[in-house]
Amino acid sequence: MNENMIYGLRPGWRLQWEPAQQRHVLLYPEGMVQLNDSAGAILELIDGQRNVADLIAELQQRYPDAPSLGQDVREFLVEAEHKGWIRHD
Amino acid sequence: MTDYSPSHAELSAGAPLWLLAELTYRCPLQCPYCSNPLDFAAQDHELTTQEWIDVLHQARAMGAVQMGFSGGEPLVRKDLEELVAEARQLGFYTNLITSGLGLDEARIQALRNAGLDHIQISLQAADSDMAGALAGSSKAHARKLAMARAVKDAGYPMVLNVVLHRHNIDQIDRIIELCVELGADAVELANCQLYGWAHLNRTGLLPSKAQLDAAEAATERWRERLAGEGNDMRLLFVVPDYYAERPKACMGGWGAIFMTVTPDGTVLPCHSARDLPMTFPTVREQALRSIWYDSFAFNRFRGEAWMPAPCRSCDERHKDYGGCRCQAFLLTGDPAATDPVCALSPDHGLIETAREEAAQDVRSVAQLTPRNARESKVFCRA
Repeated sequence: MNENMIYGLRPGWRLQWEPAQQRHVLLYPEGMVQLNDSAGAILELIDGQRNVADLIAELQQRYPDAPSLGQDVREFLVEAEHKGWIRHD
Repeated sequence: MTDYSPSHAELSAGAPLWLLAELTYRCPLQCPYCSNPLDFAAQDHELTTQEWIDVLHQARAMGAVQMGFSGGEPLVRKDLEELVAEARQLGFYTNLITSGLGLDEARIQALRNAGLDHIQISLQAADSDMAGALAGSSKAHARKLAMARAVKDAGYPMVLNVVLHRHNIDQIDRIIELCVELGADAVELANCQLYGWAHLNRTGLLPSKAQLDAAEAATERWRERLAGEGNDMRLLFVVPDYYAERPKACMGGWGAIFMTVTPDGTVLPCHSARDLPMTFPTVREQALRSIWYDSFAFNRFRGEAWMPAPCRSCDERHKDYGGCRCQAFLLTGDPAATDPVCALSPDHGLIETAREEAAQDVRSVAQLTPRNARESKVFCRA
């Protein structure tokens, strides 16, 4: 992965805040991934526009006290891509 | 929106995350493995558009988020686009489960505009002769292929579902080849589950072990070949329950995450539960919330307290929830029995007998009982 990569959600998939579950979920044909807070916060910023560097900068601004945030985000993106949740250009 | 505080039952039961809306039992096809109830012709008092919209609002307020539009053939309903639009606007992820008949380019576009998220089209076989013999229509096959292509052209992934049984399972290579030619993104090769019409025809549908093994091996060969060609079409193979060692975790547990609303508004914990000797509440008489949390029917097999031996002390009870209640009833006559599919069930011999009976059944496709209104009326009278 490099910092210029731009990720988007897999086509046809949708990220959504579920009030009943008090968390973000990733919806796909006949299924759902229930996300924890950090996964929800990262995926919310994956819009097919921001590159990885901007994504991390944005999160760092929102969570200035989070240690090793950049590293965590990169690892998450690799895992999310591996699971087929997101794709890069 | 109605304000409410959680009742006692709500603290123990989770929310229904999945809503299956069976909009109608009407269908232009007559597949002998249909999971609809045998007496569907007696239930012709369909919910109105407004009643369905009310169901969607209630279910969404309870936390349901995935929903399927099914049937019968949901495209028979002229208000499908309106219902999809309402569901999507409420925040549901909307899946259309269809034969493809009743679809055309204009309707695909209208569904797209309504916000439909996903379409799954079923195929019966690799060629129109077998498909026609199964579905009772010689023209349906070509129409399905055209609509599968049109769905993909409209920007949806092409997801195909092929119900397998002894009459088409030996075509598996040609079926997969057809799906590759069509440019499918995912294919479900699902051996038919033996409920409803499929249970009626079960000895004429169940494949042999040899057929099943050959089909599974063929599917695996295709997976390797596709991976080698860089084709990421996904192949999902579903084994029939009658050849499994352990029962499936049916619906993720009774009344745990899933509910079906039938064409007349009856609410079921799964789409086959109408086979059970129980009364299920309807949305015409009761609020969905009270049906899900408080009704006798939805609490009957919830959790573990109802479980018989050997389930109740089995380490796997949290994994399979005792299996399928409908299957237990259809095979043993007791909906509270351990699913006989389980090798640990005292009734497991019934599965072995069923396999032996199937091996003796030499009927052709044309000799199976077709799922249509005329045949259904026989069961309405009985």
